[in-house]
Amino acid sequence: MAVIKLKRPKLSWYEHLYLPAIIKGLLITFKHAVISVFGKATGSKELASSGLGVTMQYPEQKWDEHLPEYYRGIPALVTDEQGRERCVSCQLCEFICPPKAITIAPGELKSDDEWAKVEKAPKAFDIDMIRCIYCGMCEEVCPEQAIFLRQDYAMTGTTRAEMVNDKDRLYQLGGVREGLINKWNEVK
Amino acid sequence: MDWVPLIITGIKVFFFTFVVILPLIAYSTYAERRVCAIMQDRVGPNRVGIPLTLLGFKKDLSFFGLLQPLADGLKGLFKQDLTPGHVRKSFYWMAPALTAIPAFITVCVIPFGSNVNLFGHDVKLVIADIGAGPLFVFAIASLSVYGITLAGWSSNSKYPFFGGVRSCAQMISYEISLGLSIIPVLMVFGKLNLTDIVTHQSEKGWLLLPLWNEHGSIFSGDYWAHCGPQWLLLLPLGISFIVFTTSIFAETNRMPFDLPECETELVGGYHTEYSSMKFALFFMGEYAAMIVGSAVIVTIFFGGWSLGFGLDSALLQTGEGAWKWFAGFIHLGVFLAKTIGFIIFFIWVRWTVPRLRYDQLMKLGWVVFFELALFNIFIAALIIAAPHIGPLLTLFVGVPILLALAAIMYFITKSVESKHKVNIT
Amino acid sequence: MADSAPATADKLPKVLAAEKGMVNVQIDGTWIQVPRGTRMIEACKQAEQEVPHYCYHTKLSSPGNCRMCLVQMGMPSRPAPGHHISFGDDGFQKIGWMPRPVISCANTVAENMGIRTSGALVEECRNGVMEFLLINHPLDCPICDQAGECSLQEFSVDHGRGSSRFEEVKVKKPKNVEIGPRIRLDDERCIMCSRCIRFMDEVVDDPVLGFIDRGTHTKLTVHPGRQLDSNYSLNTVDICPVGALTSNDFRFQMRVWFLKETKSIDVNCGTGCNTVIWTRGNEVFRITPRENNDVNSCWIPDSHRLNFHYLHAETRLDAPMIRKGQNHENADWFDAIAKAAEGLKGHQRGEVAIIGSGRQTNEELYLLKRLAETLETDLLTLVPRFEESDGRLVSADRNPNTNGAKLLWATDDPYAKLDAIREGVSGRKIKAIVVFYEDLLGAAAFKATDLEKLELLVSNHLLPNGTAKASHVVMPGAGFAEKRGSMVNITGRLQRLNQAILPPEGVMDDWEIIRDLVAALDHNEPARHLIEDVFTEIVDDVEELEELTLSKIGDLGIQVTETGETIPLIETERGEIVG
Repeated sequence: MAVIKLKRPKLSWYEHLYLPAIIKGLLITFKHAVISVFGKATGSKELASSGLGVTMQYPEQKWDEHLPEYYRGIPALVTDEQGRERCVSCQLCEFICPPKAITIAPGELKSDDEWAKVEKAPKAFDIDMIRCIYCGMCEEVCPEQAIFLRQDYAMTGTTRAEMVNDKDRLYQLGGVREGLINKWNEVK
Repeated sequence: MDWVPLIITGIKVFFFTFVVILPLIAYSTYAERRVCAIMQDRVGPNRVGIPLTLLGFKKDLSFFGLLQPLADGLKGLFKQDLTPGHVRKSFYWMAPALTAIPAFITVCVIPFGSNVNLFGHDVKLVIADIGAGPLFVFAIASLSVYGITLAGWSSNSKYPFFGGVRSCAQMISYEISLGLSIIPVLMVFGKLNLTDIVTHQSEKGWLLLPLWNEHGSIFSGDYWAHCGPQWLLLLPLGISFIVFTTSIFAETNRMPFDLPECETELVGGYHTEYSSMKFALFFMGEYAAMIVGSAVIVTIFFGGWSLGFGLDSALLQTGEGAWKWFAGFIHLGVFLAKTIGFIIFFIWVRWTVPRLRYDQLMKLGWVVFFELALFNIFIAALIIAAPHIGPLLTLFVGVPILLALAAIMYFITKSVESKHKVNIT
Repeated sequence: MADSAPATADKLPKVLAAEKGMVNVQIDGTWIQVPRGTRMIEACKQAEQEVPHYCYHTKLSSPGNCRMCLVQMGMPSRPAPGHHISFGDDGFQKIGWMPRPVISCANTVAENMGIRTSGALVEECRNGVMEFLLINHPLDCPICDQAGECSLQEFSVDHGRGSSRFEEVKVKKPKNVEIGPRIRLDDERCIMCSRCIRFMDEVVDDPVLGFIDRGTHTKLTVHPGRQLDSNYSLNTVDICPVGALTSNDFRFQMRVWFLKETKSIDVNCGTGCNTVIWTRGNEVFRITPRENNDVNSCWIPDSHRLNFHYLHAETRLDAPMIRKGQNHENADWFDAIAKAAEGLKGHQRGEVAIIGSGRQTNEELYLLKRLAETLETDLLTLVPRFEESDGRLVSADRNPNTNGAKLLWATDDPYAKLDAIREGVSGRKIKAIVVFYEDLLGAAAFKATDLEKLELLVSNHLLPNGTAKASHVVMPGAGFAEKRGSMVNITGRLQRLNQAILPPEGVMDDWEIIRDLVAALDHNEPARHLIEDVFTEIVDDVEELEELTLSKIGDLGIQVTETGETIPLIETERGEIVG
């Protein structure tokens, strides 16, 4: 990488006074404040501002329909259209999770299970939402397309235990996801 | 012994501290947050009001969030008060009080208004009408540095300690320019009593707005006949005002001089290890200092409680009985309005000007303001002396001496600076 | 070099090497000397150049069927007729590189040989071999237990292609087959390295495994009507480079990348196999053997490696108890030790007996001796546990530290007094017993009615048992994975146990219990804060251990005495190498 040495600009005596520049700055902020008070701030219309600045008043107003496709909300486990739980408890998400929010107890599928071929499924799968930082590493690392970050963002609880999503709740949140690669299906 | 003055003083202390200054502190935090929010296209606190839904009503009354300071105060009181195990307890506990108390004490010399007739007594709207007003303010206000330094030291932690040391150095540096910058003003007034200074201004025009004097306003000929060097004095007084205001910013640790609590470098600065009400006391101390600073600036440079334009004398002369009683409170209102205006200016500056680097701060204090304030005294002195010594002496002796002084100061500064110059690329 | 050894300056390097029975080999441009007859792959290992391999294993024969260890080899070219052999300035002949690679595992080194473990040819060969191996490999790493310690994964990253050109359907083979009571086989994952087959044949001498079918349909299978049920079967799981053979016990329990490895030793018999304890948090997940060519080679019996689950038993004692009437009540350690000490003080000398265990560490045995001295009793014994040796690694003495007791107690038979104590108890001569780590109703063969005659029974256990039930004071102790200490195995080798996990809450380490008991009886005892303090005292006491410390013992142990006993498997292995 090239190092570019910048020269400090030589200031004229007028600039050296600094005061005019400070006054100019004060005027800019003042102008901004006036615009903001009258609800004319840039982007206030697009952002559905409440009339002061560009801010939207949550929870009366919500931005849900504008959330981008890649929004990273609560992580959840999914089943596919065949009703198979996608997670095989490979524990890669547990390994990659930067705040160590995920805890998995791996388990073995029973031999009479429809998907006994997969052999493995989580016995327990807990995500501690107090720890989760919504980084999406789990989704990225998952080799089975089993965990996805959803668009939900409002997760509240009054106790620590309530903030831990267990396996049932994760599947309930994740629901069915279609169009994933079904690599465990028999090749015809 | 006459108990009445004592009781009246008690009432004044209570009134000015608990009815005027404390709510002002509370609401300047609110103003700070609202103004900053507006400048940044946000809304700011607008929720806390009367929670009527708790009582079964359909909607809460929010009052634009005006009860926010109350909620903040309650939070401060009810939060867990953590005292880390590694601190020097006695100093650690003392420090917040040492920061807050001086700011409250300085309130006592501020003239809030003209006289009020209370129970047949002519009551001055100032707690202690002493003859050393500004000096008293400087003396007491600079004590708050002990609080900050002790807080930084007793926390027994690196960042607070840095904050404390920075604060100490900064206070000492700006104390000098603060004191020197006010000398031209005092030379103009010839007295130190703040009440007298305000009265003087109400009669002869505000220091920075000499638009009238006892002979009429700027539009009458009489004004010009009696105005003297007032307009010429605006040069040194303007410099005084800038240096004084900036130094007050520095003294109160306000942005752009808030290096003692500079978050980017020092986590939280001297109050990193504090929590709950002890932290709130630091906060209160800072805002109280800001309010007193505004009040002092208003008193010295903008006529204190005076309405201006000769209206004061009219107000005071209508004089007897009920009207006079109102006059005091009108003046009180005027004074508060001006002070609040200045508080908003403080907030405005905070959200406009970025923080200085520490070497810039030191350079500004020692190399720029110190010399400027010193030189300013000579300018003011020459202007005041000119009518007495005659134009010849002024032009051929006074001005050359002034210029020579300026040159000497400039070269000394330059040589010292180049000797210590650090090459920053 | 030449200045310091002028006498050898005129000798050629090959002569110098030959004098020591070595040969000169150039590996990746560097000349080294290795013993004559070394396999090329071992020579490369000595030169710190990694040669990837699957089928080769140090302790097994080399079939050379994985082709992964291909390297480029060169020998000095034969001089043309009429020419003489010429040596370069460095004393070596010029190497003529062969155009085709050779497998390094099945060839031995020769004088003036050159080996290249990298380069375009070698890289391309490895790349091709990897691609062939992966053709029928299912790539089900997410559910494969080997993931994380799989050679196929590692070499695929280092030498593989990254994507597959194979578009056809992979061959189907049996999956999830129970080929033994402890082992599951997944034939699709098998890469036909035959390590397991050779292990069962050459080391265990129980050749139940073999390949059937040909080409891509080759399968590993167990002999019809037989099972892979040898007591050494789980070693095949360890040596399997992929996830074809998995242990039922460890299967799907935890991914290996979460596990912490602690080097320790096995405590199930006198051999003291070197082990690695794999833990996560405070839980042991598996135990695998660790190579020590003086103790256990690379192997460990299944019965020993699986014997750790009791550490996590639900019934594990987790607080000291004092008997009140027929029941026990939880107490705190101070009270329990005070109660035991008080009871012991109240008895005459000769009325108190101390029964230790050959499963205790040297430090604990030493402190037991101190306890006996403090109580002025000579009734100090271990409980013998002799069974038959299996002719490989399981020794006849199932106590791991009999020799430690012999050294520390300076006796030839640490079991001698047990009979006397047993009789003393039934004859009511002995009224108080302190017993550590042993169930008196088990191997010690006490009668339950006899134990009831005792006025005081202080015992230390991990799990509840008959002795604990009869005890007046029960002091729960730490298991083998939970403590640090040393033991002496049957050949007289001092080895070290390391702490892999913490004992359960409320449990003290055994040496601390005895220390506190001794200290409660005699206030003049020296302060022992660390187990190292105890070891220092032992070193002062026992001349064989002179100048040793716990850390000096090292991972592989130190021979401290000669007992004349040997480990059969090691003898066999040495015999093969010599032969």
